[in-house]
Amino acid sequence: MFPEEVLEHVFSFLNSHTDRNTASLVCKSWYEMERWCRKRVFIGNCYAVNPRVVIRRFPEVKSVELKGKPHFADFNLVPEGWGGYVYPWIVEIARAYPWLEEIRLKRMVVTDECLEIVAKSFRNFRVLVLESCEGFSTDGLAAVAANCRNLRVLDLRECEVEELSGHWLSHFPDSFTSLESLNMACLGSEVSFSALERLVARSPNLKTLRLNRTVPIEKLSTLLQRAPQLVDFGTGAYSAEIRQDVYSRLADAFSRSKNLKSLSGFWDVTPAYLPAIYSVCSQLTSLNLSYAATRSPDLTKIVSQCYNLQRLVVLDYIEDTGLNTVSMSCKDLRELVVFPSDPFVGEVDVLLTEQGLVSVSQGCSKLQSVLYFCHQMSNSALISISKNRPNLTCFRLCIIEPRVPDYVTHEPLDVGFGSIVENCKQLTRLSMSGLLTDRVFEYIGTHAKNLDMLSIAFAGDSDLGLHHVLSGCDSLRKLEIRDCPFGDKALLANASKLEKMRSLWMSSCLVSFGACKLLGQKMPGLNVEVIDERENVNSLPEYVPVEKVYIYRTVSGQRFDTPDFVRIMGKDKDDLFSDKGLKVAVLFCSNFGTFRPCCCTRSRSL
Amino acid sequence: MTSASSMESIFQKNAGLTERNYLGLSDCSSVDSSAVSGISDVKRNNLNLKATELRLGLPGSQSPERDPDADLASSESLDEKPLFPLLPSKDGICSGSQKIFVSGNKRGFSDTIDEGKWMFGSSGTDSDTSNVNVKISPGAQPAMIKDATSKVAPQEKTHATFGTNLNKVNASNPPAAKAQVVGWPPVRSFRKNILATNSKTNDEVDGKPGPGALFVKVSMDGAPYLRKVDLRSYTTYQQLSSALEKMFSCFTLGQCGSQGAPGRESLSESKLRDLLHGSEYVLTYEDKDGDWMLVGDVPWDMFIGSCKRLKIMKGSDAIGLAPRAMEKSKNRN
Repeated sequence: MFPEEVLEHVFSFLNSHTDRNTASLVCKSWYEMERWCRKRVFIGNCYAVNPRVVIRRFPEVKSVELKGKPHFADFNLVPEGWGGYVYPWIVEIARAYPWLEEIRLKRMVVTDECLEIVAKSFRNFRVLVLESCEGFSTDGLAAVAANCRNLRVLDLRECEVEELSGHWLSHFPDSFTSLESLNMACLGSEVSFSALERLVARSPNLKTLRLNRTVPIEKLSTLLQRAPQLVDFGTGAYSAEIRQDVYSRLADAFSRSKNLKSLSGFWDVTPAYLPAIYSVCSQLTSLNLSYAATRSPDLTKIVSQCYNLQRLVVLDYIEDTGLNTVSMSCKDLRELVVFPSDPFVGEVDVLLTEQGLVSVSQGCSKLQSVLYFCHQMSNSALISISKNRPNLTCFRLCIIEPRVPDYVTHEPLDVGFGSIVENCKQLTRLSMSGLLTDRVFEYIGTHAKNLDMLSIAFAGDSDLGLHHVLSGCDSLRKLEIRDCPFGDKALLANASKLEKMRSLWMSSCLVSFGACKLLGQKMPGLNVEVIDERENVNSLPEYVPVEKVYIYRTVSGQRFDTPDFVRIMGKDKDDLFSDKGLKVAVLFCSNFGTFRPCCCTRSRSL
Repeated sequence: MTSASSMESIFQKNAGLTERNYLGLSDCSSVDSSAVSGISDVKRNNLNLKATELRLGLPGSQSPERDPDADLASSESLDEKPLFPLLPSKDGICSGSQKIFVSGNKRGFSDTIDEGKWMFGSSGTDSDTSNVNVKISPGAQPAMIKDATSKVAPQEKTHATFGTNLNKVNASNPPAAKAQVVGWPPVRSFRKNILATNSKTNDEVDGKPGPGALFVKVSMDGAPYLRKVDLRSYTTYQQLSSALEKMFSCFTLGQCGSQGAPGRESLSESKLRDLLHGSEYVLTYEDKDGDWMLVGDVPWDMFIGSCKRLKIMKGSDAIGLAPRAMEKSKNRN
């Protein structure tokens, strides 16, 4: 038996959550030792556990990471008011962890009150990362700016912020010099440029600066000159009348930014200004041009110089020719993301096809992660890709029109995706599209043994498809399905699998109320949430399919902050949605916006 | 216990039934399985049903033998008024959930366009079509599925609510030119209109531009005031020009695009080009680069992506535009 100090020292080398979790299962003393020295807690589903339980087990935490809404909330499939409130967590950890340093939240509802509590409760608070969060305003940001004396990171990724004013930035006191990373790209309001400039000037450790759209291109050179140590820079709107002096200053400033490795921003691009970045292209490891609505020649010229690029995010304007250039020039590429420029257009006037992806898969031997939107695909292209790149770990393909078959043979794309899962043995994430039958799921169940997350839409023929996935994918933790003919049988037959997964989302499928109720009754370790906004939902018979169901494992039982269109099945005596007699549980929820009670609890027998 | 064989029979029925399409499965296996027996036979041969036989059990139980108490889809529920009835009954109520989707046969894309939006799984909520429950399946035309669909007539609505909702929705929704499915493609909202937001003028920003309005100013030589039009409310040049003609007809003495006939005719794309040859007015636009171009040269979607404002010019003023416009669009393509 090792003395405690030795164990503690050994554990300090364990950084991943899974390693720590495994170590804590070895024996009681390891469990005890580990829990006292765990500094970072990651909770993938905020409803899977109670904050108090977490705090009781891990008393010395310095960093908390939480995720709230299901992934499909990004695409407006989760109605407003569903949940994901961070307030109860903030209240508890403010009380329990006065020395907390980091909070990272994803898809959660964060109110100004939460931010105020954060700002005032943690003396040594350093890192705030809010990704895809909503519910707060610039006032909350002002509170953080004013009070967090040791803040290093303020990172707002794709949040929906109520913009009351741009004045929040000016709340950073003059004595505040510790800033290392500022990402305000998602904000719409204009901040005081002089306040921004002074902030940058007094932050010698600033490595990441992502501006928002309102910062004009003429001002970029000023900021770049103030921060030659910048590694990650996001421009504002990259457009102006073409003026030689502005251009020269900008090009000069870029050429002096010897540490720059990552560029983003580029809204409203005026193509004539793009060459200003040429001098840094060969340094770049990450480039995000996905807001630059500029055509292929301009984009190709840039990427052809990015020899060290590892991550590229672009619009389909790059076209097959541009991707061909990528395949020849960017030999270190690890991740490729191609977004659609106009996803709702019926006609296709952009020349991006499956060929672009095939060439990148051929030329870029380190390519691991793909997110690709296009209009056509073929089995042979998919097979080529899988054979070229068996090292793929993340493959997400979105053919924009649902249920489109192989455009050459008119067959389903089963064989193509089957080849992907068969050849890419390390695949952990897969999103599929196009015409797919149950057969593709058979392939997936047979081969995709490392698959962690699977996204399915408009696919399959019967319950057999879902059954293949649930019974075959040993590592599956997150499954999200929409508009597929999967129903009760496969779900109920694989009930025990659901407890080994983080969550399952099914919307517009064929899962009935009755099955959800049965599942909820039989599986106390699962919350089966039916999300259904129909007016007459209480009078629908049990065989009727639900609109949406979200099933997740939990040790904290059902939650009590649900709106009236969410029903946790199988837990209550009477299973009606209750829209009358709602009680507002102040303890667990907080208001969202001005006049909006966002949470309720139905009366239940205790 | 016969659950083993009954489970297997569920699979066989499923394999046969759902092979056709999964929406609006008119009916149960009693009806016309011959149409798809070919497909289902192949399916059955390819799948080892025994190997994929459903196993039911409580969490933690590893035994392949079934725990009768734990069966969630067990005969216990079958003996009661079934949640999951196995056998089709005469009145059209068939196994499990297939009867529900009465109206949603997969259709070819053009059919969907013509009918506009239909309800998938129905919704009791209002006709706010931007809201969650209105979905369309504008799938491509997989040949075999379409054939199967055409063989089976769409069925009576077994549930009253769905019927009324469907009728209500069809009546209240005008046909959409391009059917849109909620949350598809899976692109976050702020990415959806890069094209639009890059071309709009500052005045016309709405708070959150959806794939919604795209307002541009329209001016006309000699007219005392401007108008605004929403380019996204049109889908062809013809629609746009007739709308503009109506809007500005009080100002025109002559007509756009005709030789002597009263100016109520609608314009076609080719007529717009013909305007150069001496007619009264032509329609021009200023694009993102600030150049004035003739309307009608480029595909519609490219046009709305680059148009910042419109101007109805006198034909004689516009003659110089034509060659440049042609060149420019050639360079683009």
